[in-house]
Amino acid sequence: MTALHDAPPATTGSPGRAPAGAARRGRGLVRKVLAYAVLVVVAALVLVPFAWMVSASLKQNNQVFTIPIEWIPREFRWSNFAEIWDRIPMLTYLGNSAFLAVTITLLQVLTGSFAAYGFSKVRFPGRDALFLAYIATIAVPWQAYMVPQYIMMQQAELTNTYWSIILLQAFGAFGVFLMRQYYMSIPDELCEAARIDGLSEYGIYRRIMLPLSKPALASLALLTFVNTWNDYMGPFIYLTSNELWTVQLGLRSFVGQYDAEYAMMMTGAVVSVLPILVIFLFGQRYFIRGIATSGLKG
Amino acid sequence: MTQVITQPAPSSAGPRPKRAWRTILVGWSFILPNFVGFALFTLLPMLAAFALAFLDWDSYSTPEWVGLKNFQRLLDDENFHVALGNTLYYAAGHIPLTLVAALGLAMALNRKIRGVQFFRTAAFFPYITSLVAVAIVWNMLFNPTAGPVNQALEAIGIADPPRWVASTDWAMPAVILTSVWRDMGYYMVLYLAGLQTIPNEYYEAARVDGANAWQRFWSVTVPCLRPTTFFVLVMLTIQSFKVLDLIVVMTDGGPGRSTLVLAQLVYREGITEGNFGYSSAIALVLFVIVLTVTVAQFRLNERRNAR
Repeated sequence: MTALHDAPPATTGSPGRAPAGAARRGRGLVRKVLAYAVLVVVAALVLVPFAWMVSASLKQNNQVFTIPIEWIPREFRWSNFAEIWDRIPMLTYLGNSAFLAVTITLLQVLTGSFAAYGFSKVRFPGRDALFLAYIATIAVPWQAYMVPQYIMMQQAELTNTYWSIILLQAFGAFGVFLMRQYYMSIPDELCEAARIDGLSEYGIYRRIMLPLSKPALASLALLTFVNTWNDYMGPFIYLTSNELWTVQLGLRSFVGQYDAEYAMMMTGAVVSVLPILVIFLFGQRYFIRGIATSGLKG
Repeated sequence: MTQVITQPAPSSAGPRPKRAWRTILVGWSFILPNFVGFALFTLLPMLAAFALAFLDWDSYSTPEWVGLKNFQRLLDDENFHVALGNTLYYAAGHIPLTLVAALGLAMALNRKIRGVQFFRTAAFFPYITSLVAVAIVWNMLFNPTAGPVNQALEAIGIADPPRWVASTDWAMPAVILTSVWRDMGYYMVLYLAGLQTIPNEYYEAARVDGANAWQRFWSVTVPCLRPTTFFVLVMLTIQSFKVLDLIVVMTDGGPGRSTLVLAQLVYREGITEGNFGYSSAIALVLFVIVLTVTVAQFRLNERRNAR
């Protein structure tokens, strides 16, 4: 950056100047190398658990815990990834998780964005008080009302069905909140112009707001999908039959039953994380944006 | 919030009250699909939780109003004392460590150098990895005899490393370390957003004044990040006090009761044992703690802003 200023004045040609410039340039290089070194160390620390997971998933059970650790398996047992499907009904679990995640995401995105339009672009009495009720529930930990929810579901005889999970998770306040934040940033004049052109409120929502809010919709959809996919407590409380289990429940139960099958556990863990990794890599900017908007403006 | 009041379009000049009714109907029609679900499955249970705390009700008996009896029972319940202590312990570890780790990560990754995006992605990924996978992996990393953590500790000369999740003293630190690793990426994102709002001129001015990197951090970065830090603190506090799933999956409260936390006691009493009234009293205490700490943080922040 400062290299230009360091050019030695041509006239003097003093022997001390040139090495000084080189040293400065050298220091820049050292700094850059140092910065990368820091990053690599940080990344290594963060990623070690994943490295362990993948490495162990390709070993034999009795080779997982060795002293010293073999980070690269002596022989790669790719067959683990074929066996896991027979050891536990992995395909069923994945299907169940996908079904729940897709259903809940669709409902959350649809009803959330629809309500957010009402909360941000239609003025009617009581609207802001109602929104405050939504906000207030975000501050109450779910753990404080999980028992009444459970009693309700028990009375309605919906425990051990997907209905319980879907009904409890599809209408959360978070989606409304996130979408409203985004709609507030879209100027009202746009809606006003559309109203004058004779578009109904529903028309404005469908033809103007939805297309404009694609990034926010993507953020909400991805966050909801991943949350539902990863959720443990919901399925743990409500789903008792094995054929309804999600990946998370299936994996946890496998670990409880076969506590020495280290390699298989890790194979299962890799299979359960892989879909999330793919989704994350494709949509990471939406994740980050979703967190930044819902977080910092909260 | 800064909306201009909608002007009624002059062309559709109906009688005023009719228009007002129409707007209300249209507004509600947007909100209703979500609101029905929200009111039934979030709002109602939330309100019920308050009432339940004052009832004597298990899955067999008929509900009976008992006033504060459930709360009196809390005072003598040893499980409750242990769970409260453990929750505070977890919060005391999780909040500062996550904050420091997240800020450190954000500082390290707030550079304009090639490939930094990869490192940010890597640091964020633990946060969206499922808890079950995280718990299984870390339980293995913390394996007392041959786990990588203890092998590393032995390599740097610690002869008798802790037994982590197998010991009552070290299970909670193991859970805290795991949760810090998992959550720091999320708060890093918030800090990165905060760091990007600090104008570069501030740093240049400090440099002109001869401040070194450490001084620039304390006199420019930290004060400018105060709104972010405040938000991060509030979120971390709420998150810490309601910790549940990580504990259930990683240690299930054990060994013994060494990692039993409040939210888990609510689950055990309410859903496993069916003591609806008593569990709701514990839940109410949990909620009051979270609320008190959050309100206190807001007050402190206001006072500091006023200064």
